Amino acid sequence: MLARSPHAALRRLFDEVGAVDAVGIEERVAKYGTRSIKKAAKLWGLKLAASMVDLTTLEGKDTPGKVASLCQKALCPHDPELGVPQVAAVCVYPAMVKHARKALGSDTAVRIASVATAFPSGQAPLKTRLAEVKAAVGDGADEIDMVINRGAFLSGEFGVMQDEIRAVVAACGDATLKVILEVSELETYDNIRAASFLAMRVIREGDFIKTSTGKTSLNATLGNNQVMIEAIRDYYLDTGVSIAMKPAGGIRTAKQALTFLVAIKETLGDAWLNNARYRFGASALLNDLIRQIAKERSGAYQAPYYFSEATESY
Amino acid sequence: MTRLPITKTPKVYVGGAFIRSESARVFPLKDADGNFFANIPQCTRKDLRNAVEAAAKAGPGWAKRTAYNRGQIIYRLGEMIEARAGEMAEALLLGGASKAAAAREVAATVDRLIYYAGWTDKYEQVLGNVNPVAAPYFNFTVTEPMGIVGVLAPEASPLLALVSLFAPAITSGNTVVALASTSQPYPAILLGEMLATSDLPGGVVNLLTGFRQEMIPTFATHRHLRALVGVANADERKALAIGAADSMKRLQLLKAEEPTDWFAEAAQSLYAVRDTLEYKTTWHPIGA
Amino acid sequence: MPTLTAKKISTRPSRPAPELIFGDLWEFDPAPETADPKLKARYDLFINGQFVAPKSGKYFDSINPANEQKLAEIAQASAADVDVAYQAAKAAYDNVWGKMPGRERAKYLFRIARLLQDRAREFAVAETLDGGKPIKESRDFDVPMAAAHFFYHAGWADKLDYVAPGRRVAPLGVVGQVIPWNFPLLMLAWKLAPALAMGNTVVLKPAETTSITCLKLAEILQDAGLPPGVVNFVTGAGDVGAAVMNHPIPAKIAFTGSTEVGKIIMRSLAGTDKKMTLELGGKAANIVFDDAPLNQAVEGIVNGIFFNQGHVCCAGSRLLVHEPVAEQVLTKLKNRIKVLRVGDPLDKNTDIGAINSKEQLAKITSLVASGVKEGAVLFQPSGRLPTKGFYFRPTIFSGVSMSHRIAREEIFGPVLSILTFRTVDEAIEKANNTAYGLSAGVWTDKGSRILKMSTELKAGVVWANTYNKFDPTSPFGGYKESGFGREGGRQGLLDYCKLI
Repeated sequence: MLARSPHAALRRLFDEVGAVDAVGIEERVAKYGTRSIKKAAKLWGLKLAASMVDLTTLEGKDTPGKVASLCQKALCPHDPELGVPQVAAVCVYPAMVKHARKALGSDTAVRIASVATAFPSGQAPLKTRLAEVKAAVGDGADEIDMVINRGAFLSGEFGVMQDEIRAVVAACGDATLKVILEVSELETYDNIRAASFLAMRVIREGDFIKTSTGKTSLNATLGNNQVMIEAIRDYYLDTGVSIAMKPAGGIRTAKQALTFLVAIKETLGDAWLNNARYRFGASALLNDLIRQIAKERSGAYQAPYYFSEATESY
Repeated sequence: MTRLPITKTPKVYVGGAFIRSESARVFPLKDADGNFFANIPQCTRKDLRNAVEAAAKAGPGWAKRTAYNRGQIIYRLGEMIEARAGEMAEALLLGGASKAAAAREVAATVDRLIYYAGWTDKYEQVLGNVNPVAAPYFNFTVTEPMGIVGVLAPEASPLLALVSLFAPAITSGNTVVALASTSQPYPAILLGEMLATSDLPGGVVNLLTGFRQEMIPTFATHRHLRALVGVANADERKALAIGAADSMKRLQLLKAEEPTDWFAEAAQSLYAVRDTLEYKTTWHPIGA
Repeated sequence: MPTLTAKKISTRPSRPAPELIFGDLWEFDPAPETADPKLKARYDLFINGQFVAPKSGKYFDSINPANEQKLAEIAQASAADVDVAYQAAKAAYDNVWGKMPGRERAKYLFRIARLLQDRAREFAVAETLDGGKPIKESRDFDVPMAAAHFFYHAGWADKLDYVAPGRRVAPLGVVGQVIPWNFPLLMLAWKLAPALAMGNTVVLKPAETTSITCLKLAEILQDAGLPPGVVNFVTGAGDVGAAVMNHPIPAKIAFTGSTEVGKIIMRSLAGTDKKMTLELGGKAANIVFDDAPLNQAVEGIVNGIFFNQGHVCCAGSRLLVHEPVAEQVLTKLKNRIKVLRVGDPLDKNTDIGAINSKEQLAKITSLVASGVKEGAVLFQPSGRLPTKGFYFRPTIFSGVSMSHRIAREEIFGPVLSILTFRTVDEAIEKANNTAYGLSAGVWTDKGSRILKMSTELKAGVVWANTYNKFDPTSPFGGYKESGFGREGGRQGLLDYCKLI
């Protein structure tokens, strides 16, 4: 009876991977915000952050035209004079992958990521989800952002959750996989750490774990990010396998992005300070990064409407 | 040519905003000489309903703030009133108070707020405790705010009595919906403007003006109000008690027949804070 | 504790042991705090509401331990100055402060709290310049916490009837206070606020290396309109402290400092009726069990010993780790301290600032040498230290046993000694095997074990799954040779009153 209870299963998992103290995590991440990044270090950090952006559009109203303009922004975020690097990837729905491929061409460093597996809920038959992954890869996706089965996790069916991830890994072929935990639905830091380990054990070196879909109330926070990068660090020190990380949703300002990067610098170290190991899932972030880079260059604070695709028109 | 002054439209302070009554009704307020002063919102049961919703929305955030933070905010409210003491004293003159009495009431009001500002991070140290139960358990009793508290201010001392009644409730993290003095509502209108500039989050204190006899039945029966504190006559007390019984609402009502000296030391007390608290006891084993 | 992975892959021969790289890929530029500390070139004594020159006419230099440069001249008080200060304090007590209603005393303390909050950044910079602590600590901890102490105790001044159930309380009269150099402004607040709230008047001596924020606070006392003589500051070294302790006027002496000096004070006050509060040294055990949230425990260990360069009487200087996780904790700890930034205290990114004085640096250096000599294993991260000023790298010793000097003596620096244990009883026994008893830390996910440990540990403060937390509402003070009396909370007030 006890062995079958979801709670007992979670308890055993926590015993195995270790507990997280929520207050302690909050205090740790509060210190990142007090780091003062100035001058050359700031410019370097801003450019690094720009290179880590998965420029995202995930809306029901997305059209080939919208995706094409997003791709153009990804390739050339701003006047080349400013030296803003290309972003890491564009992130779109599966139906938009072929349009993105068309817009980007095949000879580009900008990768195409596609959310798949009945994003954002994941509530479709496994067969359907796998077919969606294969279709996206077939249309030219380099990366697949999948969602875990949160229901399976919360009811203690860890085997089901892991088997599904394994199946998606197989369906990905050479495509990189990002496993979205949807942290707001897992609620506790203990759950986030445990789910991170379950995912890391079945994905490949260089695959990602990712915080959120961006479609729920709470997305990436420094706290969630910290729990996940500590899990990545602990897993790496234990196995030598480096897993990458992608916080997504809610990171809108350059200041936030720099704080997340400080967390990486001080937790995972230099080897994770690149876009093969760390990404930001964001849409508005890129423009703020460009704006701050322009400010560092010129010394003058910038108005948002100087930058293309700006959402702020005031 | 003399300049015609701009007169202020009195509005009540609910949910951090200044509003007219939902009923769009007003009643005229005359100054001490009997001249028209302004129209005062005549709030109704729907305004009370909306104010309770605002208080409910503000409640969890206010209760979760640190005691130190609540103390500083209540202190800040004292600062805001002291800085505008002259204006507030003039509001009290409308009801016929002498200049000296008005100044005294404002000063006593500020001191009362400072008194309760000091209690926010101390009442728990006096009212809570560890209980030496006869078993290997760590057993402790702490307090929690009740929730939304209804306040019925008396007619006299329209500022000091109102503040003396709501301050102990917000000290511990309750939120308040208060009905101001019917005959002297203007100090409460002005108080709302000071509350709005005091760092107190909107919705923590909601002030209504209007006719007592119209509002009391709704105060009595609104099930989301967890307690009622204030001053009431015998008939009102009975009506409030009957209404309160339906949802086990806590009542702390002073008798209107026996006027309270709001200036007295006895009008402020730790036990006024206790009146809107629940006690919670936790048992936890001690063992390796 | 089981391993972190279901299938251990450590058998792969090709892979070297995984290591994290904390290099200079993203080096931070200097980020100095630039607020003006508004220092005077010369600080006089603060007696009877005025700054007055010392009778000797002598001054001594206060230097910045970060670069050994002179910051200001501080008045050298003598016994005669101390006497004038006590006469002023007595007059203020008899004529003004002792008679004032609590409600009005409260208002002065609230004012002090608010004025200190107004000038918080200026005070933080002054504190960092004078004492060497990182600006982020003086900015985020020392100064706001000092203001909080005044605010909290202000609220007590008119509520003293609630302090001692069944009895009434009265002030003691004049109290003499001597404070240390590790938290100059905060210790000042800890001492002044409860004494004043209760209705006492004060003569206080700050540490000779850190007098500046004390004398800056005197400016705030003037701005607040505090009646003259209620608070008096006398500055100088140990001889001035002795004059403060041994003067006939004070009804109470409060001292924070070393156990050694505490013993001297207790002897010298023998035969007088003076009450005492002594907050002395410590050698706290920070105990980590195998079920603890280890990543947060590592943060707590770091905070416990490297906060304020380890110049903390309640520092978690002895780490007791449960054997099953000892190696894992050591690895995590090494990785963590590699990213601690040692250097200019005024830089907003500095985690470990300057050691307070040359003498203290010499003491730390010699105790660390003894640890190496006695066979403990030393680890220090690499990285350059500034060439001028007094600095010491964060240091951890593993393989320490209870007989090592570094496990028994208070180092008062950024030096951690790591010991291991196997059972709960062994942890308790080791933790309590010391003449000190100020504080302890416990890390475990099991609530009942926290309460068991808290019951068994002979220490005045026990932190569970956290460390070095302070609050005006929370009493602080020691068992055994860590002193007696409490500061903070309702209990702290009881040490500043008589029961009638």
